[in-house]
Amino acid sequence: MTDQKIPVGSRQFLPRSAFEELFAALHKEGYSIVGPKVTDGAVRMQPIGSVAEMPQGIRDNQDGGFYRLEEGEPELWFEYVVGPNGPKEFFFPAQLPLFEFHVQGGRFDLDAGPPQVPKLAFLGVRPCELAAIDVQDRVFGRDDPGTFRCESEPWYLQIRQEALLIAVNCTRPGGTCFCASWGTGPEAAGGYDLALTELKDGFVVAVGSKRGAALAENLSLRAPSGAELELATLKMELAREHMGRQLETPDLKQLLNESIEFPEWDDVARRCLSCGNCTMVCPTCFCCTVSDGSDLSGQEITRTRFWESCFSHQFTYTIAGPERNTIRGRYRHWLRHKLCTWWDQFECSGCVGCGRCITWCPVGIDLTEEAQRLREGSTKHKKRLGVSHGE
Amino acid sequence: MPSAPPKVAVYKFSSCDGCQLQLLNLETKLLELVGAVEIAYFLEARRRVLPPPYDVGLVEGSVSTPEEEDRIQQVRRDCKYLVAIGACATSGGIQALRNWANVEEYARYVYAKPEYLSTLETASPVASHVFIDFELRGCPVNQYQLLELVSALLTGRKPNISTHSLCIECKRLGNTCVLVAQGKPCLGPITQVGCGALCPKFNRACYGCFGPMEQPNIPSLGQWFTERLGHTPRDMKRMLRLFNGYLEPFKQASEHYERKEKGG
Ligand code: SF4
Ligand code: SF4
Ligand code: SF4
Repeated sequence: MTDQKIPVGSRQFLPRSAFEELFAALHKEGYSIVGPKVTDGAVRMQPIGSVAEMPQGIRDNQDGGFYRLEEGEPELWFEYVVGPNGPKEFFFPAQLPLFEFHVQGGRFDLDAGPPQVPKLAFLGVRPCELAAIDVQDRVFGRDDPGTFRCESEPWYLQIRQEALLIAVNCTRPGGTCFCASWGTGPEAAGGYDLALTELKDGFVVAVGSKRGAALAENLSLRAPSGAELELATLKMELAREHMGRQLETPDLKQLLNESIEFPEWDDVARRCLSCGNCTMVCPTCFCCTVSDGSDLSGQEITRTRFWESCFSHQFTYTIAGPERNTIRGRYRHWLRHKLCTWWDQFECSGCVGCGRCITWCPVGIDLTEEAQRLREGSTKHKKRLGVSHGE
Repeated sequence: MPSAPPKVAVYKFSSCDGCQLQLLNLETKLLELVGAVEIAYFLEARRRVLPPPYDVGLVEGSVSTPEEEDRIQQVRRDCKYLVAIGACATSGGIQALRNWANVEEYARYVYAKPEYLSTLETASPVASHVFIDFELRGCPVNQYQLLELVSALLTGRKPNISTHSLCIECKRLGNTCVLVAQGKPCLGPITQVGCGALCPKFNRACYGCFGPMEQPNIPSLGQWFTERLGHTPRDMKRMLRLFNGYLEPFKQASEHYERKEKGG
């Protein structure tokens, strides 16, 4: 594509009737499409083949520990917000076989062919998820000198480089969303190939990359009218003002550093189940465990990586016992990592404001409320309490 | 490889045989298993019995009769490693429900000639009687966990058996949470992982058949179920007293809800 008519950075309009062309164009380019589909009462990102599989006229009602689908505007495809999963599980699978050994005649045979990386196009990636992908890029992929990397992740890097991201801006924020507090939404700031804003008659399409522009060449686009652009902006403005949750982000790091021994932690520890759901649904959480197995003969040995959680007691188990022995210690570690120590580690926040940990917590624990409690506590506990370790 | 294959014994106490059946249900893997170990004592599967000692003993069932009380002592002496398998052996099982009732009265209702019975006041887990080296939870136990246990024992490594909540596995498998999305009283957040999240996968709430997870927070989940989902203390008691009701801390919590039910 040397002679591109559609410039990167431009905005176009895709009529609703032509939306299906997107599927044909992606298939032509050899992409498998991962998009929204209703399964078991929730909108999940999963492989889809056509627009007919997408949720239409459906919106979600989300609150702490609560998620239900309801009827929405009949023609809209993207009135729901984020569901329980997202692109993370495709880039960083919940369970990934790393290699196999075969023991033969006293020799080890390693069987670690290069992973077969699928070419995925994600349709309906929300702005907070783009921000979360950027966070995980720092964790798994980014090679810039000076930034901390956990470890180079070949699978992550390859699948991520292949992937095409079609974002959808949020015109109706969910009940637990607070991207506006972080500035990660409701409008995608970058990191996408195309970004759509849904209006009744079609989509305002922002072209974010050369790959996006090349794809756009296959679509019946037209120039958007001034009214269409204005309406799209207005809708996102309204969304920004109607976030389900809010988080006061300034000084969070300092707040979490000074609140280590606040009694507020005891209160949340009484409610937290240490079930790990929040970490499983969080689009930035990256903890995993590597588990070795052998079969009955002892000749076939496998190594598998699984998602793990800082809420699991065994996760930090060492010869000296678990690092964090109480639910109080584990919740505190989690919240402090998300809002405070993540900055030291990756120079960014570990939270992007998607609200999933609030919705999918079985008992509705809400990090925005917990942070607010600490804030109020900090004014209350005039006396600075000492910092102690070893919980 | 050691010269002689390790000898394995499978014992039955008060139980339904379901856990032993999980062994037999291993099918193709069963042949591998029979090749890797010597089945020395497994009355459900073969008549031949080799004399003790055995390297590994798997015990199914709870101890609920005077005869079993004696027999478990001998079993312990006969086995190098003793593993309790299944909810009955690890918690007392469903039959432990009688521990909150009057056994004599029960017996009169159920049996025409209760005087022929010789039974203990309680049905109790194996670990209340003898030291056990490991336990596999579940009603019934999970086949893959059984295989993992035996494979690990054979190679002398630690079995990969997690003790965290079921939720972690449920999410890894990509199920949509039935508690959050359907308001069903799922015990997953306080139940130990291991079943493959079977019930949530089929849109059912977890019954807790793998028993309490490490450090479960039952009061918090109970509060959510009663205050937000409209369940009564009686419901809570019954949910906790199913397969693992007699295992702490399910036991204590169920007794708490029983007191509340009675207006305490
Ligand atoms: S905050 Fe909620 S989801 Fe997270 S571990 Fe605690 S109870 Fe589970
Ligand atoms: S911490 Fe919660 S709100 Fe923040 S990114 Fe993770 S799941 Fe979303
Ligand atoms: S369905 Fe049950 S086990 Fe699964 S995540 Fe929800 S509460 Fe946990």
